[in-house]
Amino acid sequence: MAERAEIVIVGAGPAGIRAAQTLVAAGLRPIVLDENIRWGGQIYRQPPAGAGFTRTKQALYGFEAAKADAVHTTMAALLPQLDYRPETLVWACDPKRLHTMHDGRETPVSFSHLIIASGATDRVLPLPGWTLPGVYTLGGAQVALKAQGCAIGERVVFAGTGPLLYLVAYQYAKAGANVVAVLDTSTFAAQAMAAPRLLSQPATFAKGVYYVGWLRSHGVRIEHGVTLEGIEGTAGVRAIRWQRGGREHSLECNAVGLGFGLRPETQLADLAGCRFVFDDLNRCWLPERDAAGRSSQPGIYLAGDGAGIAGADAAELAGRRAALALLEDLGLAAPFVPDAPDAAVIERKLASIRRFREGMEQAFALPEHPAAQWPDDMLVCRCEEIDARTLRECVRQDGVTEINRLKALTRVGMGRCQGRMCGEAACHLLAEASGQTLAQVGRLRAQAPIKPIPIAPMLFDENVVAIPEEARDE
Amino acid sequence: MSETLHYDVVVAGGGLVGASAARALAERGLRVALFERRYCGAQASGVNYGGVRCQGRPEEQLPLAMRARKIWDRLPALIGTDGEFVRSGHLRLARRESDLEPLDAWSAMASGYGLATTVYRGREFRQRFPWLGDGALGGSLCLSDGHANPRLVSPAFARAARALGADVRERTPITEMAHDGVRFQLTAQPEDGATLHVSCDWLLNTSGAWANHIAGTFGERVPMHAIYPNMWVTEPLPKFIGHNLGVYGGGVYARQVERGNCVIGGGRGTGDGEYAQPSADTTRAVMREACALLPALRNALLIRTWSGVEGETPDNNPIIGMSRTTPRLVHAFGFSGGGFLLAPGVGEVLADLVTHGETPTPIEAFAVDRFAQVSAEV
Repeated sequence: MAERAEIVIVGAGPAGIRAAQTLVAAGLRPIVLDENIRWGGQIYRQPPAGAGFTRTKQALYGFEAAKADAVHTTMAALLPQLDYRPETLVWACDPKRLHTMHDGRETPVSFSHLIIASGATDRVLPLPGWTLPGVYTLGGAQVALKAQGCAIGERVVFAGTGPLLYLVAYQYAKAGANVVAVLDTSTFAAQAMAAPRLLSQPATFAKGVYYVGWLRSHGVRIEHGVTLEGIEGTAGVRAIRWQRGGREHSLECNAVGLGFGLRPETQLADLAGCRFVFDDLNRCWLPERDAAGRSSQPGIYLAGDGAGIAGADAAELAGRRAALALLEDLGLAAPFVPDAPDAAVIERKLASIRRFREGMEQAFALPEHPAAQWPDDMLVCRCEEIDARTLRECVRQDGVTEINRLKALTRVGMGRCQGRMCGEAACHLLAEASGQTLAQVGRLRAQAPIKPIPIAPMLFDENVVAIPEEARDE
Repeated sequence: MSETLHYDVVVAGGGLVGASAARALAERGLRVALFERRYCGAQASGVNYGGVRCQGRPEEQLPLAMRARKIWDRLPALIGTDGEFVRSGHLRLARRESDLEPLDAWSAMASGYGLATTVYRGREFRQRFPWLGDGALGGSLCLSDGHANPRLVSPAFARAARALGADVRERTPITEMAHDGVRFQLTAQPEDGATLHVSCDWLLNTSGAWANHIAGTFGERVPMHAIYPNMWVTEPLPKFIGHNLGVYGGGVYARQVERGNCVIGGGRGTGDGEYAQPSADTTRAVMREACALLPALRNALLIRTWSGVEGETPDNNPIIGMSRTTPRLVHAFGFSGGGFLLAPGVGEVLADLVTHGETPTPIEAFAVDRFAQVSAEV
């Protein structure tokens, strides 16, 4: 069975790379499909080769430079033993077959075993003015810095909540950008209360404390417990408004990085037929997996932030754990990888990280009912230009209680982003308007393509099948 | 709890056929209930391509199609929305010279039913439709045809039925049914609520691809199987597709909505009878054919694919009419991918049958027992 196994890993971030390393050590040659130009994922994103600027790993990754380097070096050493396909989008999934797009060509990739390490993207929660030019997600702001060597504006405010808020602000300020403020919607008290749980990962906790201290000592204004009211401007960002302790505040700026944590990219697991379950910690539906990373579908494994946000360290561990599970299912022995933990140790470490994550959620809790303060005229779905009023009226008139039904009736989530940006906001709004919980409103079903694909490349594929005569409807 | 609900008519299935029948019956003053196991207009009625097309249909469907077509002009008055219905015209393309003759013949036949079409070919065709690629060399234009948004039209009929007094119950499957010699006795199980006991004089079987559950219960299963039409849509593009497009011989159909998105169908997805999935292979095959007809589609972004579960009969005609085994059981299903235009007309026909016992619209060709007769003759 092992000889005939076709193993595909989707994603070349920390999870995908550690999975690949484990499989290669067992003598296998997996295919690694990754959307990025270079390996490392989002967190350890490498600047493009020949980008025209050089920044050291120390400058790019700070405290994480050694980890980033270890992941990068591991992958570089694996390359001769992998079928590595960068800049490759997986856009659809049939049973035992992926459809990929690379360099204008569409190629099916068969698999017997699939490790999905699809990573995370920004969790987008709108506020008035969120569609103005100059408003970025935190992740987008970070990519600008890491991959393009530029900042999102001359006077930058980072707003929202989550540990990444302080990290990106620190990275920006350290690189010489003008960070005028960090506006945190969670309270200082919540962060203090969470400290005991956060101390389950003392090094990570210490780094967080360090970023905040560094920012303060460099004169960056930090506000806790704010309620964000809106971003002002017409052709671009002019200012951001918030409320704190009953008082209105406003600050001039020309760019805003908005961060409300991360959202797992679960579309591929959905198209692959994995069963989903609502996860309270992530506040979203996630593909079910056991402690080893096995999904509900035989031969399909889940690792890293794509299966639930736990961070890069956990991703490395989960990638290796999923590969070990795959090997076990193939009847192969776990290979010896120097310094790599065994399955039981990994599972204990992942459980510890999970406790840390619970602390983080307490420290940086998302606004409990964000939709309640969204004005009627605010766009929720920017692709299809659907505002909050349209959604609320639909819920009221048609008694809609389920998110796919809301989509069908209003078009929310039907545009270019296919709900990847607006889906969560739409769920919040539906929950608020129908008096239900997030879990009760359900989840947007994924539909291929996972991301938009151009039509032309498909035309030149010699393998296009003919439409059968009996399926030629008029 | 054990109280029995009584209706004149129970409609089983809240697709466009069932909802329009419920609306028509409520309008005529009958006590109507509509039971839908999921959501109204969420199956094939809500996810189909959206063609509102008389052109190209077999002759036996034309009287019904013409009756149905008139209803589409009155949507705002009937259901409170135009459902994005556009009288765009339908252009049925010829890919080969030999396709033109049947288009001419169809045009002559249809004029006998009062349907006007014009067949274009040669230079006139090219000049009139410069946005079409070399894949087409002629076509028949039916200006009175158009297209609409199924996601909006089908639920709106159910909403309108409710507004007229029909008891519309979603997420309420009928779990048991029998005829006690006088009337129907049904059991329905709401997803969140107590079991309902229902009796009714008439039962309309409008359960689409699942209609054999009811037909089978009353001993007249028909040879229908599930099909999964494959559909996809592009990002919004500048307007260039002037008409709802079809092709003689089939394979691809296309329309462009007001917002600019191009909705394109053809071929089949996959499914298990209960749920449907689009097929990437089919999407690619249809793309190639679509681009031969519509070169401007090249390099447009594909943003979504989908499919739905539809019932197809051996002769591609629906089953419409009275049961041959059970009094006051009426069937309307198996539209074989062509039901969207017809459905509002079918609703009227079903209301005729219930209120008058007959309908002025010829439906003999759609009899439920026609397949049995055929096999008996062979």
